[in-house]
Amino acid sequence: MTATVGGTRATTESGTASGARATTTSKPVMATVSGTRATTASGTRAETVSGTVTATVSGARSVAATVTDPELPMLTLDELGVLRSVAEDDDGRVVVSITPTYTGCPAMDAMRDDLEHALRDAGYADVEIRTVLAPAWSSDWISESGRRKLAEAGIAPPGSVRRRTGPVPLTLGPTVSRVVCPRCGSADTEEVSRFSATACKALRRCRSCAEPFEHVKEI
Amino acid sequence: MSFDNVYESLTEENDARWAFGTGFEDPLSGVDATIPDGVDAADLAAYCLMLGDDALIFSHRLQEWCTNAPELEDEVAIANIALDLLGQARLLLARAGRAQGLDGAEDRYAFLRDEQEFRNVRLAELERGDFGELTARLLVFSCWRLALLDRLTGSRDPVLAAIADKGVKEVTYHRDYAAQWAVRLGDGTEYSRERLMEGMASIWPYLGELFATHPIERALAAEGVAVDPAELREEFDNVLAQVMLAAKLGAPEAAPAAGVSARTGRDGIHTEAMGHLLAELQSVARANPEATW
Repeated sequence: MTATVGGTRATTESGTASGARATTTSKPVMATVSGTRATTASGTRAETVSGTVTATVSGARSVAATVTDPELPMLTLDELGVLRSVAEDDDGRVVVSITPTYTGCPAMDAMRDDLEHALRDAGYADVEIRTVLAPAWSSDWISESGRRKLAEAGIAPPGSVRRRTGPVPLTLGPTVSRVVCPRCGSADTEEVSRFSATACKALRRCRSCAEPFEHVKEI
Repeated sequence: MSFDNVYESLTEENDARWAFGTGFEDPLSGVDATIPDGVDAADLAAYCLMLGDDALIFSHRLQEWCTNAPELEDEVAIANIALDLLGQARLLLARAGRAQGLDGAEDRYAFLRDEQEFRNVRLAELERGDFGELTARLLVFSCWRLALLDRLTGSRDPVLAAIADKGVKEVTYHRDYAAQWAVRLGDGTEYSRERLMEGMASIWPYLGELFATHPIERALAAEGVAVDPAELREEFDNVLAQVMLAAKLGAPEAAPAAGVSARTGRDGIHTEAMGHLLAELQSVARANPEATW
């Protein structure tokens, strides 16, 4: 699937601006965890994986970071923001934490299996995959490169999630669209269905080029 | 339990089980399920079953719409709403099991309990009606559940708070979906309006039960763990009034459905529809009681 250059650029720029902002503010946990790992990593694994202690620390993490999402295979779980932390203790035991995008997401089992196998294949014998429920996944956690790859695959990336104060607002009419068509770059698009092939994407149609396209929803 | 890929778990050790042995992982795997200080574990488990059963049973009713929705977009929307609720039910039933010190209790709760052990409100179990009835029931259910989950995000139980936090994002859409259809039907033709009003009238007797506080809810609300449903009434009425105004409808009038000696769904007293629903929901698990899931 190839998006037109103009369309891709337009979508990526808007996606990037909001995404970058959101990512820096909502991922402090990841930074702390990698910091801890840096101080506790053992030298033993370093030999097998890449030679230096610092590289080991990122060893298990960099392996986990290559695993792609089963339903959005152009994105890694890391870029999707589903991979919350990768911790390795002195015995070479790796604990990976992931978070579901939607509560009923049927792809969680496939993600666990894919992560476990990638790590085992890389020589990590003792791997545990944990579910993290809080804080709940937000589309704001999709990284800048993830947003670019979505747009390149013809899927409109999410805008930034609006923060609310007070009760959840009721939406009775059509909402103002900020979603840009990944094919022609037009902002004149409409929602056809809130769900498409997966729970995390909506189906939209571009009124300019008349093509349907998917959009990763803001949540 | 782990497999080379998720489909291998279908066969596990016994090929005869392939159709139902899906090898699901515990949805709370790796989650710290410590009970907060001063909270009664049995009460917490019972409360999780109440909220979990509401989601499980209504999800089942929504699943009955598969291949029956008026349009493909609605088919997809209703199935996904059912999936969201099923996901919430899985977490809540698993949380109930952990509170009782049981692993893998999720399936046992869903498939091997008898009717009187279910704690869902009766609104969730009522027989499936037409699309007007679906719109009315989904509107009322999601207005109520969203108000509930929004408050539950402040629960002193971190697991309940996290489940609620996620659920709020999901049920926000459920409510919008139902409300937008209510406006379309109510402010549509005379016939569409009539169908919606009939749907409203059929569920209205079960409305009061949503806001009646069970002693366990009262006790846990005092501990900062649960939400007292009586507190939801004002917000519920306000939101519903906005929808009804836009849909140009008045509130229906119907006498509340009686319980048995004032006991209702939360006490395990259900309508006739519940037994039929469970017969279908539990048939495979009951026919193959040793199956692994």
